Amino acid sequence: MSITIAVSLDLKGLSCPLPIARTARAMRDLGPGQLLEAFATDPGSVPDFKAWSKATGNQLVESDEEGGVYRFLLQKKEG
Amino acid sequence: MASEVVILGGGVGGTLCANLVARQAGEQAHVTVVDATGVHVYQPGFLYVAVGNQRPAALQHPEASLLRHDVTLITERACKVDPVDQKVSLESGRTLSYDQLLLATGSRTMMEEVPGAKGVHDFYTMAGAIRLHQALEEFEGGTIVLGVAGIPYKCPPAPVEFVFLLDDYLRGRGIRDRCEIKLLSPLNRAFTIEATSKLVQPILAERGIELTGFFNVESVDPVARTVTSLEGETVEYDLLVLVPPHRGQQLISDSGLGDDRGWVPTDKNTLKHVNHQHVWAIGDATNIPISKSGSVAHYEATVAAAEIVAEAKGEPAPTHVYDGKVMCFLETGHGQATTIRFDYDHAPVSPSPSRFWHWAKLLFNKTYWHTVPQGRLP
Repeated sequence: MSITIAVSLDLKGLSCPLPIARTARAMRDLGPGQLLEAFATDPGSVPDFKAWSKATGNQLVESDEEGGVYRFLLQKKEG
Repeated sequence: MASEVVILGGGVGGTLCANLVARQAGEQAHVTVVDATGVHVYQPGFLYVAVGNQRPAALQHPEASLLRHDVTLITERACKVDPVDQKVSLESGRTLSYDQLLLATGSRTMMEEVPGAKGVHDFYTMAGAIRLHQALEEFEGGTIVLGVAGIPYKCPPAPVEFVFLLDDYLRGRGIRDRCEIKLLSPLNRAFTIEATSKLVQPILAERGIELTGFFNVESVDPVARTVTSLEGETVEYDLLVLVPPHRGQQLISDSGLGDDRGWVPTDKNTLKHVNHQHVWAIGDATNIPISKSGSVAHYEATVAAAEIVAEAKGEPAPTHVYDGKVMCFLETGHGQATTIRFDYDHAPVSPSPSRFWHWAKLLFNKTYWHTVPQGRLP
């Protein structure tokens, strides 16, 4: 399986609800199984990404933080 | 010489604070309230006007009737604050000097910021609530959608309360079976507070109210009758009610006292302006990340009053600070309600919905005029 990231979003400096809203919109254009990474600085985006992926069935593959920047890797659900 | 205390705004917070300062400082302060309309409006009642349970006239009293006789009321728009020279300019060109200034200017709604939303319904102004009631009276069936077009907004429970009261209203008219009610929430749940969401979500389901999460309203297409979210989803409607985007007042922005949305940067405990001496802010006007509601303005007013009185008397600042206390009622329909209470250190608690809290809310709404502005409630 390819691990190419289809879309990378820079959401730094944006606050709730924009990081998750922009991500949700970008995910709509992805094909099943494709990956999206997003970078955000809003600490509230950590629970938001978790809740959104759970609610929509898209998988939050990775979630980490470095120097105040949160990185999320999401995989679009199949079908 | 008496300190000149100027309070901008005659809402819950400004009125209560004016009365408390005048009472507690006595001869040592002279209080002036500046209010553009001179009419005190009980905004929590708009929700009831929309569903026809409240007469609009009962929600308005002359501001002068709520202020102590030793408080001066100026019915005029304040245009600008100069925090360096400690002056407030009024529309007539008159200038007021202050020793202590309270910004209790509230918020304003900005439906025009939502593309296509001109003419969409809301219950955030008296005119909006009256117009929505007329539209509901003429409604004979179809899909009624409630969406949120910006955070923060006044009274976080209001959208949930509205759909419950709407459900009651449509049942009362005997047309509920011909109507769909959809609640579009910006969050993954019905309400900001998780515990309260867990309480109300089963009731929404029981009443047949459809909840859609992660829906932040971006635009409206009034011809196709659809509303689209920032997330890219589109929902059709026959009657659309939106919580409009909110901003701080123009005066705050024009005076350089606010952030990019006009909210006043305020210390969450002392309620002092972060950048200016002798300036306090309370209620909707602040940038404190807490509910924009009358109860917050009420609790904050008591803290700000004590601080202002101490400064006017030349005494040390009081040790009692604002602890983030919030108390809200939440109507759940069928004559029942719950409450939500919390502060900075304590997570929200909500009792099971009951008739008791519904009647308590109605009683509070009725007795408000004789209790809250005068400082008769703690």
